[in-house]
Amino acid sequence: MTPLERYESLVDDPDAFRAACERPLPSVVRVNTIKATVERVRAALDADGIAHDPTDWHPGVLRLPDESPGRNWPHAHGWIHGQEEVSNLPALVLDPQPGDQVWDTCAAPGSKTTQLAALMDDSGLLVGNDNNLGRLSALRHNAERLGVTNLVVTNQDARNFSLKPLGEGTDGGVDAFDRVLVDAPCSCEGTIRKNPDAFDTWSLDHVRSVAGVQKGILRRAVQATRPGGTVVYSTCTFAPEENEAVLDHVLDTEDCHLVEFDSPLDGVSGVTEWEGERFDPSVTKALRIYPHHNDTGGFFCAKVEVGG
Amino acid sequence: MTNDGQQFDRLPAAADDREVAGRATRAEVIEWWVDRFGLSAETFDGYTFWEKGAGKVWIFASDLPSPTDVEGLGMTFLRTRQEHWKPTTNAVQRFGREATRNVIELDADAARRFLAGEDLEPDWDGDWGYLIVAHEIADGVEPIGVGLYVHDELRSVVPKGRRASLPPRE
Repeated sequence: MTPLERYESLVDDPDAFRAACERPLPSVVRVNTIKATVERVRAALDADGIAHDPTDWHPGVLRLPDESPGRNWPHAHGWIHGQEEVSNLPALVLDPQPGDQVWDTCAAPGSKTTQLAALMDDSGLLVGNDNNLGRLSALRHNAERLGVTNLVVTNQDARNFSLKPLGEGTDGGVDAFDRVLVDAPCSCEGTIRKNPDAFDTWSLDHVRSVAGVQKGILRRAVQATRPGGTVVYSTCTFAPEENEAVLDHVLDTEDCHLVEFDSPLDGVSGVTEWEGERFDPSVTKALRIYPHHNDTGGFFCAKVEVGG
Repeated sequence: MTNDGQQFDRLPAAADDREVAGRATRAEVIEWWVDRFGLSAETFDGYTFWEKGAGKVWIFASDLPSPTDVEGLGMTFLRTRQEHWKPTTNAVQRFGREATRNVIELDADAARRFLAGEDLEPDWDGDWGYLIVAHEIADGVEPIGVGLYVHDELRSVVPKGRRASLPPRE
């Protein structure tokens, strides 16, 4: 059984799902509003004869049908960043504000981190953490190219993230975050259109072990968020073990609850049952995006409010 | 005290506050950008400046208690502790748009060659030293990076990771 066959019982239109998974994805870029406007980016692309189509759901997310995202002047200036269409969603759902204190738990290579910085108008304090030191250089490179100055880069295991290096408990230090993004490491089933070999390393054992990591990271994220603050949990995978089951676990163990959110991309509700296991009924507030819904990669996204 | 290359230390506000020998001050860093490129000093209100590694100054949009043991704090901004201070490519791209002097504007072909890392011999009768290299794009002049102008030659100091060979477009 391929990983995709595993989820056909969950999917509204299995034929469309299978067909979409077999189509490659177009190049997509996000306009970096720290350094440019949508108008200037489009003018520069036009001047160089580079075709670009705005997506129908966000003016700052452009499809480049004939071009790789990296060989043009807007890229050299850090005006655009290659970022898959659906991966623009979680930062928008988190909706960080200028001046906020924000933590991106699994930040490298930094597409969503730099998007968070842009949404914050490059003000306030944004912590980009990753446990992989090698991938931190990609995060730093991308952040600097995109002109981000509000980013603190840390190299910790997010499950045991310490605020001590951020001055916790001292004057001017960080004691809790307003908003946290947990874009968790996952089995990446939803990236099959971008990475045709994504299933080569897939195994149920891996799904189960990565789910343990995801639970640990989301729990720590909730603990490090101030009461009333927001955590967004996202993955690029379909496996309920890594999605609804992770939410169910954290709803049980931490003081938090799921909230509804408006999504500019179509999707369906989270599932309350999988292979004989039942999940907290509120997981229906989460969003499953299958590749055929918006002609993107697959995705999962949930919004968690901390306290009460 | 001496500089500890493993942690970020906030730059002292001015020379009277300096505790680490050779460390640039906030006032000197801002003054350098104002003198060299004509930026207004207010550009940097609200930012803090930090040193990690000898002479490597970072600009950070927020503040934290000093010292701080993290992997990165804002953006690498300026190389000090050498005779000629050197701005980073990323700092010039981020803050150089407001520059009013020591900016050299290249035509389309020269701009492409500069981004690819080539040294050029453009007409320039201004200062020697580090210049902001810019070109016109989308109805504005936009900084590409840093060039070192000496002996009638403009050397591209765009770091390898930021160089690109763009196809010529008509």
